[in-house]
Amino acid sequence: MSVAHCGDFRQTYREDMKVLETRFIRVSVGAFVVLLYLFPLAAGNYLTSTVTTIAIAVIGALGINIVTGFTGQISLGHGAFMGVGAFACSYYMRVAHLPFWVAMPAAGITTAAVGMVFGLPSARLKGLYLAIATLAAQFILQYLFVHMDFVTGGSNGIVSPPPEIGSFAFDGDRSKYYLTVTIAVMAVLFTTNLIRSRDGRAFIAVRDHYLSAEIMGVPLFKYRLLSFAISAFYAGIAGSLWGVYTGYLSAEQFTIAESINYLAMIIIGGLGSVLGSIFGAIFMTLLPQILTVGTGALAGIFPKIGFLIMSFKEGIFGLIVILFLIFEPDGLAHRWRLIKSYWKLFPFSY
Amino acid sequence: MERPVQLAVENISLRFGGVMALGGLGFSVRKGEIFSIIGPNGAGKTSMLNCVSGRYHPQKGSIAFDGHDITHRPPAARARLGIARTFQNIALFKGMTVLDNLLIGRHIHLKSGFLRGGFYLGPCQKEEIEHRRFVEDIVDFLEIEHIRKRTVGTLAYGLQKRVELARALALNPKLILLDEPMAGMNLEETEDMVRFILDINQERGITVILVEHDMGVVMDISDRLVVLNFGEKIGEGTPEEVQADPEVIKAYLGGEASVFLGR
Repeated sequence: MSVAHCGDFRQTYREDMKVLETRFIRVSVGAFVVLLYLFPLAAGNYLTSTVTTIAIAVIGALGINIVTGFTGQISLGHGAFMGVGAFACSYYMRVAHLPFWVAMPAAGITTAAVGMVFGLPSARLKGLYLAIATLAAQFILQYLFVHMDFVTGGSNGIVSPPPEIGSFAFDGDRSKYYLTVTIAVMAVLFTTNLIRSRDGRAFIAVRDHYLSAEIMGVPLFKYRLLSFAISAFYAGIAGSLWGVYTGYLSAEQFTIAESINYLAMIIIGGLGSVLGSIFGAIFMTLLPQILTVGTGALAGIFPKIGFLIMSFKEGIFGLIVILFLIFEPDGLAHRWRLIKSYWKLFPFSY
Repeated sequence: MERPVQLAVENISLRFGGVMALGGLGFSVRKGEIFSIIGPNGAGKTSMLNCVSGRYHPQKGSIAFDGHDITHRPPAARARLGIARTFQNIALFKGMTVLDNLLIGRHIHLKSGFLRGGFYLGPCQKEEIEHRRFVEDIVDFLEIEHIRKRTVGTLAYGLQKRVELARALALNPKLILLDEPMAGMNLEETEDMVRFILDINQERGITVILVEHDMGVVMDISDRLVVLNFGEKIGEGTPEEVQADPEVIKAYLGGEASVFLGR
């Protein structure tokens, strides 16, 4: 039997800067990723594609968390940015005949450029005023989605071709799952690293105290714009993958409701937290589905008021979100930290 | 021995609408000295610091630092030249740990952009460790080892003041502007802070501009000082000279010199 250290001793800065601090955490996270990759082998098509949508939401939520959670610039245009990415990716594949592997990053960069344009007001506007400016972005882009029909197919929508490697097309549930989950894992890694290095810290500094950030040599406008760009890049990637997932794009998929959905994800999950983005994405994707199943079952039991129960769905959804904000204002990530610190010393209280 | 001038402030006028905050103010700070700005409330001391650090832009006059005209440069550019400051009301990044606050001080010295940071490959990690080492020296120096991983917002006031000083030092500045570093501190904390300021000045050779209401401290540690009243200079010189200046005694102290003699 090996004797473990009583406590967690670090002897170098390198050790101290590790993200996954102890061996237990490293093993658990490794096991989780392995399970993630084994998951579609055991699960059915329905569950597999549900997790695919969660993975897309994770990428999108990470994106909006970078601009809103970490840099403190409220963005109400995230849904539209996803649309830009989705339509751009489809356009590059259909018209420019680029392979998906080039079209997706190109769509990300296109979205980043669009995000920077709509991030320009952040030079002068803060807080709610900026939120309204980004809301304008949402509506302008939505207008363009409907009217630029040579790119977006207008109100008819447009197909989004599947990615291919040689003759293998990613058109099945499983292959889409692996593609999306892999990119989501990469996005999580990238964000985690970003936040613990120079520019990520600068983002948080801009959020926490923009005046002193500037005094410390962080150019505000550059970092606000950069956060919009990176955030929109994530949205562009998420949008491209959404196109792959559905195979069909239309303007109605990227409305203000989508933007607010993403904002709700990071508020419920935890602002300024990578883990929070993941929790929020899972929560906001699963809750409506669970409610659908739940109210469906209830309606089966009480067939006479079935239509009533079914119509409660949206209301219950809103209620749960409100209750969450009241009882867990710091988000699920905070709750997770509390749970972890409770079990750390279990069964001793201190 | 006459030390070279590091900061030359000439004829600064600052107006907010009809209010004259600073009217034709000029002084020069020499390399390596502790220079204090004193004056009653509303005299324009903090406004002056804000002009030097770049938060306010004076309508007239010029500010030169180390031979560069910085009058119209943005604050971030001034930080890169080596000007750091602390604030009267603590202005730390409350959601970050003490270490991260200090690492923001290293921002201008770090090179990894968001791409290298996001992939966190060799050079980025090496750089992070190198600068962590630099920051840890400051942590040692200001005796805040025990709180280095604490979130700043949860710390006591006196400690936050110290962390703010540490963050300014992390910039590795040539000139540090301290806006009331002793405000709201008890005697013990004040003594600690004075010791740190003297060490910063003598061991690290950093020029200090101090705005402070504690006259005992100001008269004890300043090499020279300037006295402001209603945005204008009414006296300048060594503590002895200023204390003997009848104009200063009249305007600032209402006729009693004993206030200068400390607690």
